[in-house]
Amino acid sequence: MSTITSRKQSDPAPAVTRSQRIKAGWSRYIASLKYSLHVITHPFDGFWDLVHENRGSLAAANTILVLFLMTRILKLLYTDFQFINSPIQYIDVFEQVASLLLPFLILCIANWAGTTLFDGKGRFKDIYMAMCYALVPYILLQLPLILVSNIITFDEASFYNVLMGISVIWCVFLAFVGLMEVHDYGPLKTIIFLFATVFGACVIIFLLLIFFSLLSDAAGYIVSFVREIVFRLY
Amino acid sequence: MKAMRTVVSLLLVIVTLVPFGCAFAAQDGFTSTYTYNYDYWEDLRESPDAYRVETVLNSSSLGLDVPLNSPQSLYVRNHDIYLCDTGNNRIIQIRREGAVCTVTRIITAIQGSEVAELKTPSDCFVDVNDNIYIADTDNHRIVMVDKDLNFIKEFVKPDDPTFDGVSSFLPSRFVVDSSGRVYVQAKNVNKGLVKFEPDTTFTGFIGANKVVYNLAEYIWRKWFMTKEQRSQTSNFVPTEYKNVYIDNDGFIYATNVAFDEYDLKWDAAYPIRRLNNLGNDILIKNDRYPPIGDLDWVASSSDPAEGPSKFYDITVLDNDVYIALDNTRGRLFGFDSQGIMLWAFGTRNSVDGGFRQAASIEHMGYDLMVLDSLYCTLTIFTPTEYGRLIYEASEQYLRGEYDTSADTWREVLKMNANYNLAYRGIGRSLMRQEDYEQAMYYFEMANDRENYGRAFRYYRKIWVEENLWWVAIIIAALLIVPLIRKRIKIMKWEVEYYEHNHVKKAE
Repeated sequence: MSTITSRKQSDPAPAVTRSQRIKAGWSRYIASLKYSLHVITHPFDGFWDLVHENRGSLAAANTILVLFLMTRILKLLYTDFQFINSPIQYIDVFEQVASLLLPFLILCIANWAGTTLFDGKGRFKDIYMAMCYALVPYILLQLPLILVSNIITFDEASFYNVLMGISVIWCVFLAFVGLMEVHDYGPLKTIIFLFATVFGACVIIFLLLIFFSLLSDAAGYIVSFVREIVFRLY
Repeated sequence: MKAMRTVVSLLLVIVTLVPFGCAFAAQDGFTSTYTYNYDYWEDLRESPDAYRVETVLNSSSLGLDVPLNSPQSLYVRNHDIYLCDTGNNRIIQIRREGAVCTVTRIITAIQGSEVAELKTPSDCFVDVNDNIYIADTDNHRIVMVDKDLNFIKEFVKPDDPTFDGVSSFLPSRFVVDSSGRVYVQAKNVNKGLVKFEPDTTFTGFIGANKVVYNLAEYIWRKWFMTKEQRSQTSNFVPTEYKNVYIDNDGFIYATNVAFDEYDLKWDAAYPIRRLNNLGNDILIKNDRYPPIGDLDWVASSSDPAEGPSKFYDITVLDNDVYIALDNTRGRLFGFDSQGIMLWAFGTRNSVDGGFRQAASIEHMGYDLMVLDSLYCTLTIFTPTEYGRLIYEASEQYLRGEYDTSADTWREVLKMNANYNLAYRGIGRSLMRQEDYEQAMYYFEMANDRENYGRAFRYYRKIWVEENLWWVAIIIAALLIVPLIRKRIKIMKWEVEYYEHNHVKKAE
């Protein structure tokens, strides 16, 4: 805290008090969160301004991601059993979160790694923010759908399924437009880099697997080495 | 203080004894449970025994001079058990009265035929008039004799072009329908069951198996094999049935063991079929998985106890429950007429109720008889109270006695709280009594979405009718509140506008 304040004090505009700064930060956070509603309805302008006009914020992006993960888990737990086949006795919340968060981050990293070599304009922060903002329709549609699932019957499932489909398609479309605007690419180049991103993610996962298996081998070697010494000497 | 010491010492005793108890309980001879069922998530759930071994008969307990030698098949008519002692070229007739089994006759030869001695009889059938049909395999015939073993007629290799390639007619399993038609599964014949009319004429095949091949193998053979290689491997041919059984309605249950094990779960393998007289499979499969036996297995290997269940025989009780005999793990699987698994039990271990080479199954009332051709034993099972209750409940439901059936299912639930079918049965009965909320609970326990939805719709209708006023008020509030707010905003704006104008004029 002290480091932050000291840095802030060196700013050329010291006239602002602490409470005012907090207030300004808070209102900016709320504004950037509200801006997500503009983004999902006007994706082309919205994503451009999100990154290039500084309308979004990392805090809002993180909030959206957390909300997305919560929606996912609430959906597994509270959707009426007619519409979801989730074995509640086996659901592990951390496993669910990890299985969404890790691919998300790996795909962001892979996209950044690919596009940064081929004059993509987006920084990693921009890509992450755009991807998070693209998740908003999922939250907005799926949360009410959890409620809806508890008041409709098995025969009326088509209504539920259509809205489910819309929420996913909307998200995918937003992610596509988001990448296009963030990197200032054309549609074709974006599609090519989508495939490249998936490929890159596979490479990253492969490298991680190798790394961890080597690490565990090394650790195992050291452990057995120490054990052997202990066994011989004592 | 003293009381506390007693408590502590008691706890210590319990803590030390419990692991011993568990260890003894685990060493009962089976790697897992003997009787089980699968829940909705395909998990194996232990269950009370549906059947217990009444007795295990072998050569010495039957009082046979010559011990049994690879017996192949059983047949039961009324109180008589006919046991095909294939390796000794004879059929043993056993009468079972109460729990006492006595050998009444040993059939080795028939009268009035050119070939009198039986040669490797592998199956037999007895019709309602006590005429005996015998699949006299190495004499290439099915012979029909009356109850005193006088020759009546025989069914031999048909004089038909479709049999030109077949060197000899080797009937292995067969059934006879109520009008005397004979359906034969013969070795080396893969066009389906050979059908003979009562006058011994051949009238064609029914229920041919489809050719089994996979795409990879097809491509490999077509483009990567030389002509010489291709001629040395076997062609794609339809497979033979393993066993057949005819039920009271004249439908033929046939089991098949030649399939791709990956086809089982998505219902492309058809290990059990119910053939109508056109040879079409009309087996009802209303469960999540088709009747395939074990849902979980280690892929086939050289170990005969691994791989999917392979049904070597099947029998159908009078209440349409069919019981398939799995040779892979020596197990019995009971399915009701809707294809829902009632129970499964059995093991390969050498204990009473375990089978190494399960060959044949028959039923006498609710009692089951299983023949093991390696151990040369005949095991007789009788249903326990639990097994009887399951039968009783499903029969009551079929008869339309829904409420008594629900009560019986409640009894079943007391013994096995993991029994899905019981929850469903109770739910259906509650729904008929219009207790929808309770019915929903039971359908949810049974994971029965369709019936749950039905019950829920009625429940919802009643709920809305009871709370109509609240629903109306909430909807009205949702509509009216924004309207009022808008109106207020407009009024405010008008007031401001008016004041603004007046202020301007005043200046």
